[in-house]
Amino acid sequence: MSTYRDTGIVLRTQKLGEADRIITLLTRRHGRIRAVAKGVRRTSSRIGARLEPFAHVDVQCYSGRSLDIAQQIETIDAFGGKLSRDYARWTAGQAMLEAAERFTENEHDPALAQFQLLLGGLRVLAETERDPVMVLDAFLVRSLSIAGYAPSFSDCAGCGATGPHRFFTIPGGGASCADCRPPACAAPGAETLSLLGALLSGDWESAETSAPRARREASGLVAAYLQWHLERGLRSLRHVERDLPAPTQSA
Amino acid sequence: MYEGIVQDLIDELGRLPGVGPKSAQRIAFHLLSAEPAEVRKLVHAISEVKEKIRFCEVCANVTEDALCRICRDPRRDPSVICVVEEAKDVVAVERTREFRGRYHVLGGAISPIEGIGPDDLRVRELMTRLSDGAVTEIILATDPNLEGEATATYLARLIKPLGLKVTRPASGLPVGGDLEYADEVTLGRAFEGRRLLDV
Repeated sequence: MSTYRDTGIVLRTQKLGEADRIITLLTRRHGRIRAVAKGVRRTSSRIGARLEPFAHVDVQCYSGRSLDIAQQIETIDAFGGKLSRDYARWTAGQAMLEAAERFTENEHDPALAQFQLLLGGLRVLAETERDPVMVLDAFLVRSLSIAGYAPSFSDCAGCGATGPHRFFTIPGGGASCADCRPPACAAPGAETLSLLGALLSGDWESAETSAPRARREASGLVAAYLQWHLERGLRSLRHVERDLPAPTQSA
Repeated sequence: MYEGIVQDLIDELGRLPGVGPKSAQRIAFHLLSAEPAEVRKLVHAISEVKEKIRFCEVCANVTEDALCRICRDPRRDPSVICVVEEAKDVVAVERTREFRGRYHVLGGAISPIEGIGPDDLRVRELMTRLSDGAVTEIILATDPNLEGEATATYLARLIKPLGLKVTRPASGLPVGGDLEYADEVTLGRAFEGRRLLDV
């Protein structure tokens, strides 16, 4: 059987049988893969701790009949330890992992841009003081952009008229001018659309000056836009802690 | 594929956790060749457990009565509560014979990716238990994985403002092992939680 080696981020783990787990990884070269990690639920396992969600690992797998088998795992970054000590960051990170899984629908299809975005997003979430909800929203709008659903937050998504515009249509692809707007479309605040544009382009300086109201409205628009394109929403989004700043305490 | 009720039995057994199609077939044929009295004992045990077992009204441990054996025992220390994810964990802690307090079974761990939030666990019931002032210490013995850690973080944040002592069992090296075989995460935790040798 053929073996391959790659680096990847653990997105999800599921129990399998007595002591095994199925590990879902987003890898640099092989896209999303699912591999069985044998015996990792036993306390004597040497690799169990390396295969927790959020772990960035160097993994060797061999191709099995239905699932690959993960062997020889080395930790590159263990973001999980830091995130699990801060509930708000951990819930935002969980939503990022779920989104990354949903945006890489087909196993083994290379998804380098999505991998790099997730790795960068987790690094910012775990190692900086940025608002975790804004990090999540930035990750989601950029994931949409990589998937080919980039919304327009300034120019009209219908006719291309130069913005900013007052209206926002989710089915129409973003900002909308008065002529193109469909009935009953959203009319978010100007600051909200400018915040979303900043999150998409990575302009953190202006994003961090935004008001809490604009941040809440932006999160709502991102969630609705995401649900429209993914057909069903992310389960973890409703559990993301949004009342910030939250105290950081270790258990 | 077998016919009729034999296949039905294999299918039903195959739905049990950890039982694959081959194991289901082996168990089915074992039951076919077993003494009728043995099979009746098994059927009786399964139906009885479903009829009689329920969850303790205080701690949600499995019990045959309204209260479990531990909650009924007046010798158990009511001022210390050990919070665990599942009833199976109560048995694991009891095996240590080190803990003389009482338990609270959450019914799982917070897992947003699986759609499980704090409201899906017995967190509200725990907070109600803490409101009478009888409890002075909470041990958060959720699983030593990320979901367990995050659940403990969430609970600690809720409980600490009440002025209670909140602790978590130490993580680290298994007794009887060699240091060189420990993985870096576990070894790191062991160093984080190192204790002063009082000699």
